Amino acid sequence: MDTTATVETQPGVKLDPFKGVKKLPLEEFFTSGHRTCQGCESALVMKMMAKAAGPRTIVLGSTGCMYVANTTYYSTSWVIPWMHTQLGSSGSAAMGSAAGLKAQMRKGKMKKEPINVIAFCGDGGGADMGLSAISAALTHPDYNLLILMYDNESYANTDIQLSGSTPYGAHTTFSPPGATKRIMHHRWKKNMAGMLAAGHPTCRYVATMCMSYGLQGMNCVRKALSIGGPTFIHSLDPCPKGWDYDPILSHELGELAVATGIWPLYEVKDGVVTLYGKTKQLAEGQSPRLPVREYLLKQGRFAHFREEDIEYFQKKVDEMWERWLIPGVIPFVKDVEDERISA
Amino acid sequence: MAQAVAHRAEETEKTALITGSEAIAVACKLADVDVITAYPIRPYDTVMQYVAKLVANGEFDCEYIVAESEHSQFEIVKHASAVGARVFSGSSGVGWMYAFEALTVTPALRIPMVVMVGNRALDDPGAFGVEHNDALAVRDLGWQLVWVDSAQEALDTALIAYRVAEDRRVFLPCAISCDGAFLTHSQGLVKIPSQDKVDAFLPPYQRGDLLLHPDNPITIAPQANEDWLMEIRRQTAAGMERSTAVIREAYAEFEQIFGRKYGNPFFEEYATEDADVVLVGMGTLSTPVKVAIRQMRREGKKVGFVRVRWFRPFAAEELARTLGRFSAVGVIDRDFSLGSPHLGGVLATEVRAAMYLATSQPPVLGFICGLGGREVTVPDVRKMSDIIREAAEGHPQPPTQWIGLRE
Repeated sequence: MDTTATVETQPGVKLDPFKGVKKLPLEEFFTSGHRTCQGCESALVMKMMAKAAGPRTIVLGSTGCMYVANTTYYSTSWVIPWMHTQLGSSGSAAMGSAAGLKAQMRKGKMKKEPINVIAFCGDGGGADMGLSAISAALTHPDYNLLILMYDNESYANTDIQLSGSTPYGAHTTFSPPGATKRIMHHRWKKNMAGMLAAGHPTCRYVATMCMSYGLQGMNCVRKALSIGGPTFIHSLDPCPKGWDYDPILSHELGELAVATGIWPLYEVKDGVVTLYGKTKQLAEGQSPRLPVREYLLKQGRFAHFREEDIEYFQKKVDEMWERWLIPGVIPFVKDVEDERISA
Repeated sequence: MAQAVAHRAEETEKTALITGSEAIAVACKLADVDVITAYPIRPYDTVMQYVAKLVANGEFDCEYIVAESEHSQFEIVKHASAVGARVFSGSSGVGWMYAFEALTVTPALRIPMVVMVGNRALDDPGAFGVEHNDALAVRDLGWQLVWVDSAQEALDTALIAYRVAEDRRVFLPCAISCDGAFLTHSQGLVKIPSQDKVDAFLPPYQRGDLLLHPDNPITIAPQANEDWLMEIRRQTAAGMERSTAVIREAYAEFEQIFGRKYGNPFFEEYATEDADVVLVGMGTLSTPVKVAIRQMRREGKKVGFVRVRWFRPFAAEELARTLGRFSAVGVIDRDFSLGSPHLGGVLATEVRAAMYLATSQPPVLGFICGLGGREVTVPDVRKMSDIIREAAEGHPQPPTQWIGLRE
């Protein structure tokens, strides 16, 4: 062992991208036993994430829907080893597990082999409480780990309360539209993936995904696990309970989130941003960006919106696409390119 | 590897002038700890400064992680322990409180982590000095809590703590309390045991069927709710109940292997044989108390001292039996428990509860003393001794008094 090396990341697993839906293995590692809602996209994320990672994987799950609904005592849905971690601890759980394995393997206390470490958190656990620990984990190049944030845009398990990842204006139990205040939640959603990619220059892989494009999402997981070092994926998960829509629409809402440009799909790999899938088509003009109205009005959480609210929402999304340095990723422009300054 | 073995064989016991913090860092190295997490707060952080030096100099092979908060510090080692790694961490004062959520789940998960608490007053207002309220805050949760009063005892107790915590009959975390400044920063001559002896004393950490690993694909800490939580709590309680015997075993074997005697593991008795009154306390206040007792003994006052080491598990029956021998007992608390019975400190309340079933029940007086790092002085100790003597002679005294307080 070269003890003078500053970074000693052990070789990770090498997982090739899946070439098509028909090439996916049949074996499941997240299976029956859970009691998530009908139409729950986050449960699908868990299932596909586990399938993409395979059997030599440890999963740490912070408090949230995917803890409470998936691991009823005696009926766990996890085939691979799984452990609960605290609401704000996904970053720490991933780092502790990876460090524990690494130390034991180096010191000959455990058989040397690549083991995937994945910690997941919801948007409450990730974008709010766990942000500090996730940020810290992404600065440690020494450990192979993936932190996956499944974002159903509210604290959906505890009764649909708003989080820092809840979209503008949404009706939640902590932001009910009232007689005097129609818009109780007037903060814009945090740009988690962009913030983490921009803020952690040694982190080799950050991506967004949506299970409406499942194969692409699974390949994001495979890339994140294979590249080495800490990685982060932000998944947007339509939630029938929290967003108030017919569960049959989950897949369609995910597609609409992407097609309206609200949810850009991209990867930042070794400092290179690549838009992928439908988002790439929008950016290249191959496909028109749909009005946000079509996405918003399918959901009860925006039922109180007036025309002006929809217009405001559209304006903010337009800004993202037309004014951001990198649409969906970097929310500012260089001053020389800003007509407000140069005019 | 062969080189390392040869190097070990040459090692013999050495004596070094080191602080309580450094002694624990040395114990971590001897225990071959795998993962250590640090975060700055005075005074405990000195242990991590020593660990960092050992790692930087290639003397100690571990994953040494500087976390971004105490909460993460304790969560990281919790998870490292779940995958089979031997771990160490620590904190002080409000830092320990910042980690409280992690400290809550650690015993419940049966994680045998060993940590150091450099006891420090809780904010606000700010004070770097010792108070015991930080470590005591976890007393109901399944943490084994031990107070030491010298660098040698700190090193030895750290080795004992790993052995007890990782014993499958126990499988509960252990916090070693070192009084801020008085022990964390004070040097003493310490005999550093050889690696061979430590290896003979401390078996490897084996998590067995609780190991989180792809070869043992279990689900840990699911939603148990009212269906099972009570049974699981009972199992944790049983671990703490078994700890008492395991501690005794560990001290007996420690004495056999290292040749250092601690007598009764749970509390140390000083000048108690012929004493008619005793003081009881924890940590480094033992020094002024012992000095004062020697003075008073020269004056013919038969005062003794009982220094409680293990606060959890609390050796209630044994302590009550011992204290029942005297005509009055004075408990010195370097902590407070506002609104508690008789408005006393934590230790006094526990001692009184322990005495409730005892056949002999001398008066138990409580003293709050030495808060925020204020010195417990020899005159303070003499004053407390006079008060308990008054009580012993049949003159009732207030149940709790603050000593060394400016009026």
